[in-house]
Amino acid sequence: MAVKVVERKPLTWAERTYLPQVASGLRITFRNMFKPHVTLEYPEERPDIPANYRGIPTLVKDPNGREKCVSCQLCEFVCPPKAIRITPGAIADDSPNAHVEKAPQEFEINMLRCIYCGLCQEVCPEEAIWLQNIYSFSGYTREEMVFKKQKLYEIGGTLPDQHFKWDKKKAAAEHGPTH
Amino acid sequence: MDLLLFGEYLLKALLMIFGVMSIAGYAVLVERKVAGWIQMRPGPNRTSLPFIKYIPYIGIRLIRLGLFQPLADVGKFVFKEEPMPGHVNKLYYILAPCISFIPAMTTMTVLPIGVFNDRPMVLANLDIGILFILAVSSLGVYGIVLAGWSANSKYPFLGGIRSSAQLISYELAMGLAILPIFMWTGGTLNIFDAVQSQQHLWFGFIPHWGIIWQPLSALIFLVALFAETNRLPFDMPEAETELVAGYNTEYGAFKFGIFFVAEYTHIVIGSAVFTLLFLGGWTLPYIDYPEGYIGAGLSVAVFLAKVFMLVFFFMWIRWTLPRFRYDQVMRLGWRVLLPLAIGNLIFYAIAIAIYEQFN
Repeated sequence: MAVKVVERKPLTWAERTYLPQVASGLRITFRNMFKPHVTLEYPEERPDIPANYRGIPTLVKDPNGREKCVSCQLCEFVCPPKAIRITPGAIADDSPNAHVEKAPQEFEINMLRCIYCGLCQEVCPEEAIWLQNIYSFSGYTREEMVFKKQKLYEIGGTLPDQHFKWDKKKAAAEHGPTH
Repeated sequence: MDLLLFGEYLLKALLMIFGVMSIAGYAVLVERKVAGWIQMRPGPNRTSLPFIKYIPYIGIRLIRLGLFQPLADVGKFVFKEEPMPGHVNKLYYILAPCISFIPAMTTMTVLPIGVFNDRPMVLANLDIGILFILAVSSLGVYGIVLAGWSANSKYPFLGGIRSSAQLISYELAMGLAILPIFMWTGGTLNIFDAVQSQQHLWFGFIPHWGIIWQPLSALIFLVALFAETNRLPFDMPEAETELVAGYNTEYGAFKFGIFFVAEYTHIVIGSAVFTLLFLGGWTLPYIDYPEGYIGAGLSVAVFLAKVFMLVFFFMWIRWTLPRFRYDQVMRLGWRVLLPLAIGNLIFYAIAIAIYEQFN
């Protein structure tokens, strides 16, 4: 392997005064003054959030406005910091979706505990819990930061999938057992 | 009649204090904006007074320029809690900011800021003007030394020591560098005469500014000025990466604010002195000001414009160059600038003597 000897030239007289170097430094900083700013002025300007970003977890509804969660509690069990608490329950009898599936009576995610790992989304068999691209939430009290079911649906909105599992299950239930 | 004269002087003095203080206050803003721009940031751009944002078009631009930031800064300094550490020497601890502030404000009494019908616009037209400035402004270091000593802790102490060493080293070169200017004006140390002597042209087209016919003096004076005002690359007394905050480590709230304003007042005054001695003060080549108030206003405006450019240069240098090491500062002061200044003095003494022999 060839060794390359870097030649250390002695400084010239002009270099020893430092003044040319100072001048070139001044030129660089002066040019910088007219370059566009790299600052993102945060509250007004937000960074572009990439797809698959892991923000806060929320519940979603299907296009027919039914809640997808069937309160299987897998997310509650998998959640590493135990941020999720689900109170399972039956759907009320007067609802058109009664006797099809279960639904959570109460669904709480403690955003102070949540570590945004996304395991709940991965484990959910119903694709009912999704991590959004919202990354900053604040509140004045601890209670405020425990998001209830209603708030989770408000933030989560609708998932535009085309499974319509509820319709299929309802049709199957009305049809009765096939064997 | 005497009362009227007194009132006139008082008015002038107050006007001057107000002017210098507001320039010093806005120099802080300029520093922050220039720092931002050089680092490709916007700088302070949020502070606002009520209702300013409702002014169409200019309101939002004033806010984006940060024009109201100095008011907020001052307000913060005034209303903050003033802690005094238990281990300080109380008398000198309180005295130090005042001592560093008063010389900075005193030097402006002899600074001419313009010309009115061939008479200087100045509070006191002293014949020893420049000596007065050199003498008084170097008193400012006592404030820093006292602050370092009275704080009774190691970082301020180191800052104070460095500051005094640095000031002594660069004071000599500074004084020697400006002597050739005053040799030329014929033995008087009056600043106004020094400025007026730069008014005429050489060979009909070269302006007779100090920086053009004495570039070396100007360079030495400028470097020494940076050292005297404790600006980067010579901010040995503060050196926040080495000494926490140097001499004002133990200071907070308004006392720190006074140090801060004193530093910027020093910069403004230093820029003014450099402008007067080397940049031709309020004179412009090829242009004669009309008589009367219009000419006086023009001369003040030109002078202030030059001072502002130099203040900008101070900021620009600060955000370009890194800090010298302490021994490099000493070597530059004693082994480079001082011999250079002496050689420069001898050269111009001989040159001026020869010139006067043949004229």
